Amino acid sequence: MRADAVGGAAPQAVEALARAHRLKPWELAPWLAAIAAYFLFPSYLPLGAQILIAILFTLSIDLILGYAGIVTLGQSAFFGAGAYTAGLLAAHGWGEPISGLAAAAAVAGLLGLASGAVILRTRGLSLLMLTLVIAEMLQEAANKAGDITGGADGLQGMEVWPLLGHFEFGLFGRTAYVYCLVVLFLLWLVARRIVHSPFGRSLTGIRENEARMHAIGSPVFRRRLVIYAFAAALSGIAGALLAETTQFVGLDSLGFERSGSALIMLIIGGVGRLYGPFIGVPLYMVAQDRFAQADPVYWDFWIGLLLIIVVVFARGGLLGLAERLLRRRGRKP
Amino acid sequence: MSAILAAIVSIAFHGLAYAMVLYLISVGLSVTMGLMGFVNLAHGVFAAAGGFVMTRLMNGYGVPFPLAVAAAFLAVGAGSMVLERLLYRRLYGADELSQVLMSVGLIFMSVAAAKFLWGPLAQPMTPPAYLSGQLDLGFRAFPAYRSFLIVAGAVVVTLLWLGLERTRFGARIRAAVDNRRMAQSIGIDTGRLFTWTFALGSALAALGGALGADILAIDPAYALEHLVYFLIVVAVGGLGSIRGPFFAALLLGIADTGFKYLLPEFGAFFIYALTLAILLWRPQGLFGRV
Repeated sequence: MRADAVGGAAPQAVEALARAHRLKPWELAPWLAAIAAYFLFPSYLPLGAQILIAILFTLSIDLILGYAGIVTLGQSAFFGAGAYTAGLLAAHGWGEPISGLAAAAAVAGLLGLASGAVILRTRGLSLLMLTLVIAEMLQEAANKAGDITGGADGLQGMEVWPLLGHFEFGLFGRTAYVYCLVVLFLLWLVARRIVHSPFGRSLTGIRENEARMHAIGSPVFRRRLVIYAFAAALSGIAGALLAETTQFVGLDSLGFERSGSALIMLIIGGVGRLYGPFIGVPLYMVAQDRFAQADPVYWDFWIGLLLIIVVVFARGGLLGLAERLLRRRGRKP
Repeated sequence: MSAILAAIVSIAFHGLAYAMVLYLISVGLSVTMGLMGFVNLAHGVFAAAGGFVMTRLMNGYGVPFPLAVAAAFLAVGAGSMVLERLLYRRLYGADELSQVLMSVGLIFMSVAAAKFLWGPLAQPMTPPAYLSGQLDLGFRAFPAYRSFLIVAGAVVVTLLWLGLERTRFGARIRAAVDNRRMAQSIGIDTGRLFTWTFALGSALAALGGALGADILAIDPAYALEHLVYFLIVVAVGGLGSIRGPFFAALLLGIADTGFKYLLPEFGAFFIYALTLAILLWRPQGLFGRV
């Protein structure tokens, strides 16, 4: 688009908007860091795989919260649904990992579609509540259906086959790390494509001004539902990755703690930027690994305090802070 | 036949006591959400704090039960005022997400602080001698403490409703809920009104937490464990209403007791399903305005 064709609008802003979808060099940074981490910290690969899985899960929340503006406290419902799907398949004789991911995505996506079709009709507190209620309901169901899920003891006896028939999920977590990294990269490409598509733009429009989007004929409800179901499928894949790489599924995969801490990681990194999870999740999880083992009580306290400080003083998280600093520097002559 | 009747009476009785506790805790949350539009997920923290203050005073210093409850009411009310001035006030009118996150942060901090101060175990609560044992009503004996809960809850509810309908303070709250701008322009100091309402709501939560300590055990994760139930009461009852949550609490208290008594193998599953159904049918809650 030529800048002068839009009359009074600032030409740089128009250029920036028109170029937003192009891949920039710094976008490769997280991937280079992840590859470097594989060679630099070989003894931390299991933690690394956990971080990659949490990034995928947090990314799914970023899509619906940061782009479509749906505040959810129950994304763990889909994470757990995916984890139990892959887990049950592997425990009952089908341990092929990639089809396990596909099955988990299908189950979680359908669950997102069904529950979204119901709860996205509400707004505000009711919506918030219902996301929470759906997750609690599933957790209670998994807890009480002990014959199938193992209840509070967790699902035992999973047998995951080697990846592509070759690579065993070994003790050192090399296969798991690479597997998670590749899956995350592919899904990130898809998410990035969606965000910059006309569909993704209309989601931002719905977040910013729903009435206006109705007025220009955008099918608001359907758009929100589609992204909700897509994010649910992403969460389901994240859950399945966790199940396959740890060979275990527990009730905590459906718990509020998981949704809550993912939300915190997203806020620390920055919401609605697609890169927030890549900053917030590693920071949070590495710090947790260092400090929380020693004293989980203090950890919770400081995380709570940090959250309040971020919300009151540093909206937009670390990426928001960085953006503001850059902009301030740019303004000076 | 008489066995069924006994079960019904028993469910109604225990459900009613449970409902009173739920209502006392949640009514403040409903008013805060309706009046200030603040999604305060940390409301349960005030209830837990009330319970901790009371059990500490009773078990540690031998303070009599009524005094300990009063102290919990006042201490938590005063403490919540400080929080309102320092933190909540900054986020009135902010987006939902910020409010949710700020209150989740408060929950995390309070859970950690409670664990640090009191350890991970639940605090035991022993009712005073004159409220323990059974209360014989002729046709049937009821646990005395639960009967006291029902009566005390009913008294507080009556006072609250009278206060809201008959006093100037109540009229101001109703005016501000209905139309905040108009209330401001006729000279109501809504900032101060918010502070006092917030403090009252938190103090009532503390009262509920303290009195209900033998139904909802006072442990460090209290605010998180029972969060969904408090939210259900408010969302099903309707925001900004003080009558709505009462009926919602009745429904939830009795239904939850009934389901857990009759179908224990399903746990809380049906309660969540019921909530889902009600909110689909009336997204603004049973008594909420459209």
